Amino acid sequence: MIQHFHNARLIDPEALTYEPGSLTIRDGRIEAVGGDAPEGAELIDAGGKCLAPGIVDWGVKIGEPGERHKESFRSAGRAAAAGGVTTIVARPDTLPPIDDPEALEFAARRAADAPVNIRHMAALTKSREGREMVEMGFLQDAGAVAFSDGVRTVTDTRLLSRCMTYARGLGALIVGHPQDVGLSRGAVATSGKFASLYGLPAVSPMAEVMGLDRDLALAAMTGCRWHADQVTVAASLPALRRARDAGLDVSAGISIHHLTLNEFDVGDYRTFFRFTPPLRSEDDRMAMVQAVADGVIDVIASFHTPQDEESKRLPFAEAAPGAVGLQTLLPAAMRLYHQGGLTLPQIWRAMSLNPARRLGLDAGRLAAGAPADLVLFDPDAPFVLDRFTLLSKSKNTPFDGARMQGRVLGTWVAGTRVFGETA
Amino acid sequence: MFRARHLLGIEPLAPAEITTLLDLAETYVDLNRRTVKRSDALAGMTQINLFFENSTRTQSSFELAGKRLGADVMNMAVAQSSVKKGETLIDTALTLNAMHPDLLVVRHNQSGAVKLLAEKVNCAVLNAGDGRHEHPTQALLDALTIRRAKGRLHRLTVAICGDIAHSRVARSNLILLGKMENRLRLIGPATLMPAGVGDLGCEVYEDMREGLKGADVVMMLRLQKERMDGGFIPSEREYYHRWGLDAEKLALAAPDAIVMHPGPMNRGVEIDGTIADDINHSVIRDQVEMGVAVRMAAMDLLARNLRAERGAQFVAEV
Repeated sequence: MIQHFHNARLIDPEALTYEPGSLTIRDGRIEAVGGDAPEGAELIDAGGKCLAPGIVDWGVKIGEPGERHKESFRSAGRAAAAGGVTTIVARPDTLPPIDDPEALEFAARRAADAPVNIRHMAALTKSREGREMVEMGFLQDAGAVAFSDGVRTVTDTRLLSRCMTYARGLGALIVGHPQDVGLSRGAVATSGKFASLYGLPAVSPMAEVMGLDRDLALAAMTGCRWHADQVTVAASLPALRRARDAGLDVSAGISIHHLTLNEFDVGDYRTFFRFTPPLRSEDDRMAMVQAVADGVIDVIASFHTPQDEESKRLPFAEAAPGAVGLQTLLPAAMRLYHQGGLTLPQIWRAMSLNPARRLGLDAGRLAAGAPADLVLFDPDAPFVLDRFTLLSKSKNTPFDGARMQGRVLGTWVAGTRVFGETA
Repeated sequence: MFRARHLLGIEPLAPAEITTLLDLAETYVDLNRRTVKRSDALAGMTQINLFFENSTRTQSSFELAGKRLGADVMNMAVAQSSVKKGETLIDTALTLNAMHPDLLVVRHNQSGAVKLLAEKVNCAVLNAGDGRHEHPTQALLDALTIRRAKGRLHRLTVAICGDIAHSRVARSNLILLGKMENRLRLIGPATLMPAGVGDLGCEVYEDMREGLKGADVVMMLRLQKERMDGGFIPSEREYYHRWGLDAEKLALAAPDAIVMHPGPMNRGVEIDGTIADDINHSVIRDQVEMGVAVRMAAMDLLARNLRAERGAQFVAEV
């Protein structure tokens, strides 16, 4: 089967270009970028809109096993397709966690329900308790693309150093959550004027810097491939730059929420704005946007965290953290584009190319031979988000009622349309 | 002028609303000094005191205020009831709402909890303290006490001393006294000072002697025992030595300075016993008296707005 997109604006995150062009796909792979339609090809008129590699969303929480009422592979997959996400990299912080090969096999079997690609991370320690290493080799053989205890930072430095040394031997990637746990215990906001005025338990941004310094020192010590799930404050950036300059194999990500919202958005204790780590100051937010543009921060992800209504209808400090994001990642990222902070190719480098590269996935490129995982979208189409229209089982989005721009017109996974008119 | 539907904090109030409330409270001070302390401002109305956190002083003050205005007052000891059975805050609110109260007085240990509850009920809600956020009636009674002692509520130098970080009283006072254009100083150990307060238009002092110089009002805060376990300060005696109010430190304030304390006091920890009892300076007993009057005024004003709102609804229905 051959399909030919014409009248498109192609976003190439490798070449960092954004130009009018055409694209041909054959049997689930990109055959050619540019050129005319081959004979017998199905013609798709992109209507002058943007065609880009599908988003690789690194760090999606799916409620299977354990919390299927919050999100299933099927519902997450449908939300992803509608949001232009063609690969979900699932988090292991389920109930129970994905900490042995059997659990991973279960998750992988369930993932067949989803219309998009699903890859899995595994826990770093058994039960995510920070006491014993998981069977990293078996898990890697079973398909784990990285190892992470989610937002539970491993506090035992000796154990973490052994995990990282063992991982180096396997060439495995470890994903850390940089945070000084002692300092940030009980905190639900970033210390400063806002938290003081609203009387919320708060932690200094320095807790993240301390955690990052420790983990980078361990990465230098062990030579392990290491990735920080979320680096969210400007004070963390010098350490990250130094580590790269020293040639360490380290990278860093950030959530779209920390790039588009700040601490004041919490307003009158709105629990949909409770995140781990908490939202930061506007100065930090702007510095992080710049860091993504500079390439110091590699990855933007949704950190999709479905929560049911009951876990959010509580006083702020008691409410569960996190927000859904599979479907709002693209329109939220368009805020950064329209505000002038990032170009479209820069955004796609962070949302598609870099995560795929870092995780060793064949995705994220708009080049001949790459899989035809594509998203066609209109970056300008305006809409007001109604959270109840989201396809995710949980509706906890901070963008409810927000004016947004950017609408997905079609999503293709390996050449098959999974969202849009002819799906 | 007083338009608010709830009294959730000082933050949403305009200076004119604060003045209106204090003026009305003055009339209740007079009423409370009579033998027959009776008004029918809340006659037929139901007031529920919902305290998720233990309190004796504030709860009795609200209870007395409601009874003197003729309301039917009920105290709900929530700490021992349904919450223990796993009921959520919102369900408790909806259950109470079904009983048609007119005034709900709420204290909760979580910042923002009273606001959350207020969104779910259709009566007037008074915040009697939420976490470390606000305690508006305390700030209002402090304002009334200051106004009566000093003859004005503006252009005064007010020093607030002690555990600012964990104090909702400090926050509400900071906001109220700031709105009324006073000069504010915060005094306390750096461990008990919230981050970023310097940006809120007040001066921050670690040295109490410096901070007290020329102050017209000295407001002491209670040091809670559990702060010692949290490692915020090394010991009671060191705290008393550096931040306890004694005669020597008070001498640095203005000669006619008044000394305030929201109670309950720890004599010998944050305040010297003789200063607390010194009738030339201490207005601590006046604060308690003003508390009842201010709460009467607040409930009276909210009840008026509630009646006006329901009257409008009634007209619309007809």
